[in-house]
Order: sequence, then C-alpha cells, then structure tokens
Amino acid sequence: MGTGNKDERILLAHGGGGSLMRGLIESLILERLNNPVLSRLEDSAILPSLPAGRKAASGRLAFTTDSYVVKPLFFKGGDIGKLAVCGTVNDLAASGARPLWLSLSFIIEEGFLIDQLERIVDSIAETSGQAGVKVVAGDIKVVERGAADGIYINTSGIGLVPEGVNLSPSLIEEGDAVLVSGPIGEHGIAVLSAREGMEFDIDVESDVAPLGGLVADILDTGESIHFLRDPTRGGLAAVLNEATSAAGVSIRLFEDKIPLRPGVKALSEMLGLDPLSLACEGRMVAVVDKKGAEKILRRMRESPWGKEASNIGEVVEPMAARVILETKVGGTRIVDMPYGEELPRIC
Amino acid sequence: MCLAVPAKVIEVSGTKARVDLGGATHQADLTLLGKVEIGDYLLLHAGFAIARLDAKEAEETLKIFREMEGEISKRL
Amino acid sequence: MKFLNGYSDASLVKRLADDIERLVGDLGREVSFMEVCGTHTMAIFRYGLGQMLPPQVRLISGPGCPVCVTPPSYIDLAIEIARIDGVTVATFGDMVRVPGTHSSLEEEKARGADVRVVYSPLGALEIARKNPEKSIVFLAVGFETTSPTAAAGLLKARQEGLKNFCILSAHRLIPPAIRALLAAGAKIDGFILPGNVSVIIGRAPYNFIAEEFGVPAVITGFEPVDILLALRMLLSQISESRQEVEIEYKRAVKPEGNKRAVETLHQVFEVREGQWRGLGHIPESALILKPEFQHFAAEEIFDISLEASREPSGCRCGEVLRGVLEAEECGLFGTGCTPQHPVGPCMVSSEGTCAVHYKYARSPSAVGRQ
Repeated sequence: MGTGNKDERILLAHGGGGSLMRGLIESLILERLNNPVLSRLEDSAILPSLPAGRKAASGRLAFTTDSYVVKPLFFKGGDIGKLAVCGTVNDLAASGARPLWLSLSFIIEEGFLIDQLERIVDSIAETSGQAGVKVVAGDIKVVERGAADGIYINTSGIGLVPEGVNLSPSLIEEGDAVLVSGPIGEHGIAVLSAREGMEFDIDVESDVAPLGGLVADILDTGESIHFLRDPTRGGLAAVLNEATSAAGVSIRLFEDKIPLRPGVKALSEMLGLDPLSLACEGRMVAVVDKKGAEKILRRMRESPWGKEASNIGEVVEPMAARVILETKVGGTRIVDMPYGEELPRIC
Repeated sequence: MCLAVPAKVIEVSGTKARVDLGGATHQADLTLLGKVEIGDYLLLHAGFAIARLDAKEAEETLKIFREMEGEISKRL
Repeated sequence: MKFLNGYSDASLVKRLADDIERLVGDLGREVSFMEVCGTHTMAIFRYGLGQMLPPQVRLISGPGCPVCVTPPSYIDLAIEIARIDGVTVATFGDMVRVPGTHSSLEEEKARGADVRVVYSPLGALEIARKNPEKSIVFLAVGFETTSPTAAAGLLKARQEGLKNFCILSAHRLIPPAIRALLAAGAKIDGFILPGNVSVIIGRAPYNFIAEEFGVPAVITGFEPVDILLALRMLLSQISESRQEVEIEYKRAVKPEGNKRAVETLHQVFEVREGQWRGLGHIPESALILKPEFQHFAAEEIFDISLEASREPSGCRCGEVLRGVLEAEECGLFGTGCTPQHPVGPCMVSSEGTCAVHYKYARSPSAVGRQ
C-alpha cells in the first residue's frame, strides 16, 4: 500500500472491514491525517472538551454535512479533497462558528488508483491544517466498478458558535450593505474548463479556500453582522435569491462593483454563461448594517482570503423582483434563481 | 446570431491559431477564414474564427455617431 | 479588447437613449422594431436596455432563436436516436432542455442515454475519435453563423475517414424567415438584423426587406452601443423616409460577407424547404446534406419511424415567434409554463422571448409569490 506503484488500485476488499482495509487506513490515511482522536480508530470519536476561551463557555455547537461529487477530481487550484474540507468548514463559518472537527467518509469505486487517493488525502491533510480543523472520524466503502464515478466524499463538521453571535436572514434590514469577499465564478469556470471537450487555457484557478479565519476577523470587528453565506453551486445569484426570499426584502446590486476576473468574464461570454450563477468555493457574502460596512471591508481586505472584498449592493424594500442588477451601462435586469445546471450556449 | 467573442491572435500554426480572449486562451480553427497574422483580432464562434475584426472601423463607427450627435443638435 | 470599450460606454449609451427618445417623440407615433436574433434578445435583457427605451419603442423578438424554431419532430428523432445502444449524442447546451412530444434530452440522459454537451462541432469530432466503438451523432442546429462550422467539421470527418460520426441537421436560414413574416403581413417598422449571421452572408440577402417591402433594416452588433445605435439609425431612416439595409456592425461585417465560409457551406449542404415551429413550412429555408454527404446523415444511418409529433396543447410559441402575441398574453405564461417547468421552446431557451419576459417584465402583483 502506498508503495509508490502508480498502477496500484483499490479493490472491493479494501472496503471489507478486514486486514486490507486496516492496512489502507493505517498506511494511507493515518500517515497523513494523524491526531490522537483519529488514531484510536474507535467506533466513535470521543471529542475533547470544548476549547476554553472567554466566549466559549456557553457557546452553541454548529453541525453540518455535505457530500462532494465534483468532476473532474483534479482541477486548477484544487481537487475533491480540498473541496471536501473547505465546503464543510465554510458552511460552519457562515453560521458564525469556529470550525473544529470533521468526519470523513469515502465511497470509492473498485479500480480507483491508489496514487490518486493519496493525492486526495494529502490535500485533505493540508487543507484541514490551514483551516485549523481535525479529522476525527472516518469511513471507507468500496463499490463495484461503475457504481461511483471514481470517488465520492462526505464530510460532516462540528464548530463552536461564540456567545452573542447570531446570524440569520431574519436579521436582514432595508439599508443593509451587501459585501462579497472576492471575485466570483472562479471555481465554476475552473471545473468547466477542465472537463473534456472544453479546451481553454485559462489563468483562472478555483477559488476554493477555507474561510473560518476570515469570518472570525469579520465577527471580531464588533460591527453588526446580520447574515453570512458562502456561495457554492448556483453562485451569487442563488445565495442572494435565497436570502431575500427568507428575509422578505429585495437587493439591488451594482454590476461595476462585483469583482470578476477577466478569464471568468471571457469564458462566460464565450459559453453564454452568467457569472452570477457560477459556483464559488472560497467566497463569503456578508449582509451587514451599513454603518459598519467600511470597517468590515477594511478588515476583510487585510485577510489573505478577502483581498478583493467589495461592497456590491444594498438591501431595499421588497419589490416584484428579489434581486435586481444595475448594469454597467445604466440599465437594470432581474437576477433570478438559477435553474440548477449552467449549460454552455451557442446562440 | 449566435454568440461570438473577439480574440487576439498570439500564435499561428497551420490551420489553427492560439488566441487570447483576455484572461483565457483557446485554439481557434482558421478553416473558415484563411490566413491570419499575430496581432489580428478575430471573431470566434463555436471554435472557429469567422471574421477578422477591423479596429479602425470600430473607431469610425463611434466617431460617426458622435458626429451624428452634432447634426441632430443643429437640426433641432 | 480595448478598442471595443467604447461600445459599453455608459455615457454613450445614455446619450443614445436620449436621442432615441427625442427622435421617436418627433415622429409622434409608436414604432415596432423586430430584433430577429436570440442573441440580441439576450443582450438587450442582459444590459437592461429595455427599460432605457421610451414606451413608444416596442421591441419584438423574432424567430432567430434556433432552439425556439426547431420543430418537436426533430427533438423526438434526436431522443429516439439517443435511446439506441452505443450511440452518443453530442449537442450544444441550448438543446438539452427543449421538450419534445414526450421527453427531452435532459430526461433521456437521466434514463441512461449518453448525451454530451459540446461547444463546437470539433468537440463532437473529438468524441468520435476517442470512442471508435460508439456512434456519435452531432445535433447540427443553428443559423448561418453556425452551419459553416458544421460543414467544416463534416469535411474534416470525411478527410480523416471517421466512420462513427454523423449529423442530424436542423440548420435554418434567416432571410427566408424574415420574408415569410413580412409576406404574412407582420406590422414591423424596422429590423435589427443579426450581426453574426451577416458576418457570413453579408448584406445582399437582406436587400428585399427594403426594396420589396419598404422596411428599414440595420445589421447590428451585440454591445450596448451597437444595439442603441442601430435603433437610432432605424429611427433616422423613418424620419427621413429612407428604406435601406445599413450596416452598423462595420467592424465585423463586410457587405460581401465571408465568401470562404459560404463556399464551405455549399460544399456540404443544399437548400430545401423547412418546417419551422410557429411559422410552418418556409420554402428554401433549411439545409440538408448534399447527396455525396448523405452517408453522414443520421436519418439515413438510423432507420427510425416516429409517431406524429405534436405541439403541446395550449402552447402559443408560434404566435409569439411571429411577433403577434406578447409572451404575457399566452394563457400558460407564468402558470403552467415557467423556466423551471417549460412547455414550449420560447420558455426553455434562455433567450426565448417568454423566458426573457418572465425574468424582467413580471407584474408588481408577483411580490411574495415565491
């Protein structure tokens, strides 16, 4: 196992619970993700007491889960492993929690290259280190060839929400400022352009990144933060439509304030895609009391994950349309909830 | 009809040209256009270059509009 | 591209909008302009230009959305072919969600059909090269901008001796559709003509619009300034009692078009009468493979008989495509037919009139509907 033989593959027996699986876990997983809880390899992880701190004593737990089925598995800027950590970490962060522990489950297709599994677990190890989280529980299942498209990953995560932190769409008010931590649509374009049949060389990398630190910085400003969410599938359009729906308000966006990389713009135009509906994996949207917007923006820009943070819109009274965009040329259009799959257009 | 984007030629090899869309590059097929040169601006559709864009004409059109502006004011 | 920046200049756009308001005010009546091309419909929506125009300027979306005018029989045939074992259907993204009589390619994909989205016919060729054991069927849809690319792709396939590649052609031609609309008496004061189709065919094929029917026309680009400038040019023609086919999109369109592309097209395709959803039969309006290329025709290779296709009941896309019905006037609009659950192609296609209207012209009573 992990002998460096590039052709070694996962067998059904690796998921069988026997010595082959044990060997895989010890030599591949534990070698990369070792920590006192995980290394016990017990049926359940007994978690250490919650970290002490002035806000921790009566903090609430946050708990989330997500599954990762991205294709291709490896793309510019990341891979499914990095995604599996960041996606769950960011969901915890968006509820104001400090992410602490992850579970990690693999469903692997028989015949999957062990070399690729090693790369993925390396990625998970590196990213969880960056995010300050520990993988404390896990599972491996192997299914017959053809049944899992390579590999699927599920991560569940636990975090701690400090006392006094309350984030919810119901707190959104007219006049609030809408902020985004960086350019949009990079993950969506990176993944799309890595797919077969789309031969574009782009200088766009997936923006996948863990945002626990950024959120902690934002909350630390002491300003009034009403709502946070990390746009993933469906992009900015999905997040803002969901938020306005839940809050019973509308949002007016300013196209010229929305950060967009030239590569994303060029490819979106070529394929007829709307950047507002393209996936991000390392961005945070914050709806905040406008009095604190400037200070929050400044703090975001000091973080490596928020250098290009921008104030992109304002919350307004509810109108026929939930999300309205003022275009660069002075027109307006509605930004709808995306259907669910952005298909490249020709006409 | 149909989506077409402008792109600048950065390399030519036979019937293909590497073009820069501004942040992304692509291999465009030149079969429908013929010879192009590095620095040319092409219009791309469905992987093919279908026209050479004329930067001078582009400026001319805007210039004419600005002149039309003047005419209309005179007429009123 | 720096030299194009002026075409998105907000102050130019504002001035043009003001000009348009002034010109139509001087005219003292309403005008209806048809923008033929789906990409224009989309651009107008995307830049929010509709709201910048005075109410006396009415924009009608024409039949230039290839997805919208493809008859259900074509989709049904594509679906039947997709269901055959060993077949891979390669298609532009636009077609995937279009409803046929009973199903769509998207639904067939969920049932196990191998349907792949490509950006170019070259992508379909690549799939054929990489999968010699499968039969690749490329859905050749689109107008004169796209059909030369399919022709070029097919020539490559022949040159390489590819045995597993074929096309199902639904290519259509724009000028005959415009003629059919005018001949049927459509009340149109001017045409915004599709810029990229004109890159290929030039100006001459549209001359009949001005010469036979006395209607002004402008070959238009796709940036905000292009579109507003073209509207202004149309209004100037009307004020000055001129009827011409002008070119606004001079940076890309030469009056003689792209001869090489047209030759490539004629090497592979010939013109026949075509069936258009909503417009019926139009003579000389469709492209089929020439006899020497018939062995690349999916209809020849796969012997399929279909039950008759029918339009979904209540669907009035045909009237919308002809410009005689507003999207909102269709009984299904926004209720039985929405972008999430489309009945007809005008709602499926992201640039279909109904889909665009649904997005930006919903009535205030929609507050809280979600």
